[in-house]
Amino acid sequence: MELTSPTYLAKETIQTVQDYALFCVQAVANVFRKPLYLADMVRQADSIGVGSLPIVVLTGFFTGAVLAVQASNTLERFGSVTLVGQLVSLSMVRELGPVLTSLMVAGRNSSGMASELGSMIVSEQIDAMRALGTDPMKKLVTPRVVSTVFMLFFLTIISDLVGLTGGLFIAKVLLRLDARQYWYNAWQTLVFQDVFMGLLKPVLFGFIIATIGCFYGMNARGGTQGVGRATTQAVVAASVLILAFDLFITRFLMITLALN
Amino acid sequence: MSAPTLPIDSTVPNTREDSSPVIVFEDVAISFSGNEVLRGVSFRLARGETKAIFGVAGSGKSLILKLALGLIRPDSGRIVVLGEDVTQMRENDLFKLRGKVGMVFQESALFDSLTVRENVAYRLMEEHGIYDEDIDRRVLEVLHFVELEHTVDLNPSELSGGMRRRVAIARALITQPELLLYDSPTGGLDPVTSNTIIELIVKQRDVNKTSALLVTHRLQDAFTMATHQFDKQTNRMVALPPGQHCDVPISFLILRDGKIIFDGDLQTLCRSEDEYIREYIS
Repeated sequence: MELTSPTYLAKETIQTVQDYALFCVQAVANVFRKPLYLADMVRQADSIGVGSLPIVVLTGFFTGAVLAVQASNTLERFGSVTLVGQLVSLSMVRELGPVLTSLMVAGRNSSGMASELGSMIVSEQIDAMRALGTDPMKKLVTPRVVSTVFMLFFLTIISDLVGLTGGLFIAKVLLRLDARQYWYNAWQTLVFQDVFMGLLKPVLFGFIIATIGCFYGMNARGGTQGVGRATTQAVVAASVLILAFDLFITRFLMITLALN
Repeated sequence: MSAPTLPIDSTVPNTREDSSPVIVFEDVAISFSGNEVLRGVSFRLARGETKAIFGVAGSGKSLILKLALGLIRPDSGRIVVLGEDVTQMRENDLFKLRGKVGMVFQESALFDSLTVRENVAYRLMEEHGIYDEDIDRRVLEVLHFVELEHTVDLNPSELSGGMRRRVAIARALITQPELLLYDSPTGGLDPVTSNTIIELIVKQRDVNKTSALLVTHRLQDAFTMATHQFDKQTNRMVALPPGQHCDVPISFLILRDGKIIFDGDLQTLCRSEDEYIREYIS
């Protein structure tokens, strides 16, 4: 195996980060430039949003349910099992709803974008697009970024709701709690800051998912093997970035919104 | 039967009477990872002329086409296409220039998620403001030119290799470009299909008088182009008598080790004393 010098590796990493930053700036700037490919945005929104709905619903439901199971186990020791709705609600809305939905969408769509654009690169379709006078950044990347940000926002709301329903299922069937009490606790515990944090995250995560997927796809080299590599790297990078940014944004918002 | 001609796009300025060269390469050099692929490449393509570019694999033939289209920028030198210096142009300005140039890629590069109609009409659909009926009419005209009207609703995956190349040619021709760039249009095809493609290129050269750069591995294709002319009456390519070969607007360019070792017409090529060229054309 060929050894790579640390200096070369560091330079490569910095170069990639710089290229990614420029890529993101261009993707955002194109939102304000003509032509705006609205039909492509709608098509992508359908593929990313509606296409991801089944996995988001399933993930949300089982996450909410398992949260209720785990929470009830601990709360029973203090005789506060009625607070299970509160715990599920806070965990889903603040953290698990946005993060798990984003991870699911990243697994499905970052890989899809990387493989689709990567295949277009290796089969010279991107060059053909440029040769035909179309900017691939405007036509392919910006619609995907806009659609992912937009749809992830709504997918997260659905995931939160379905997660709470999963918690309700456990509360009703296993814990024999009153449904109205569960919903009352879940609803009353939420404050504006919780909802704001829970809905700001998918906007940022959606941007990460789409830009990472498109960036690796547009930079795929080396035939089908290169496309496979780009696909894997896109999912890994998007997942790690989502989790890393989640930590920073959570801490930042807790300080700025004075959340406990 | 007379040969179908293509509709002239009124939005494209008619500069065909202009005698200035369509492409000028001046001392162009480019390298990848320290490997110098082109070194001091200079040539001109006259209006209405077809220049066939030869060279062994990896000699930078396809690169010349991508440089001419501004898809890649050279490390040094100057490239002027249709009077504009592509080495100094921004990507956004290049998109406008590319509207006057048609390119046929090595593996066709058709958009596999679009039908033949959508592939061929791609440029027109991107322009916006053109009625669907006009688009359909022009798509059928250009598909008639490449004799593939029946494939209009098919997907590229349903076409054979030769049909895909012909659709790629149709896509390049739809806006009647002033310049055509063919990247190995017959590569990997059987002799019969190759001949059909060459006939289409000759037809475009002789009927619409379009300037072209043609990259090919197949010397016989370029020789066919140099010794044949398209007959509009019979709608077929016909061989010219030996004395009339010099009337055909075609020249040859041979690359070796990143440099041009020959740039001239068929007669000069056949008379060349250079050992490498003699071996190449034998």
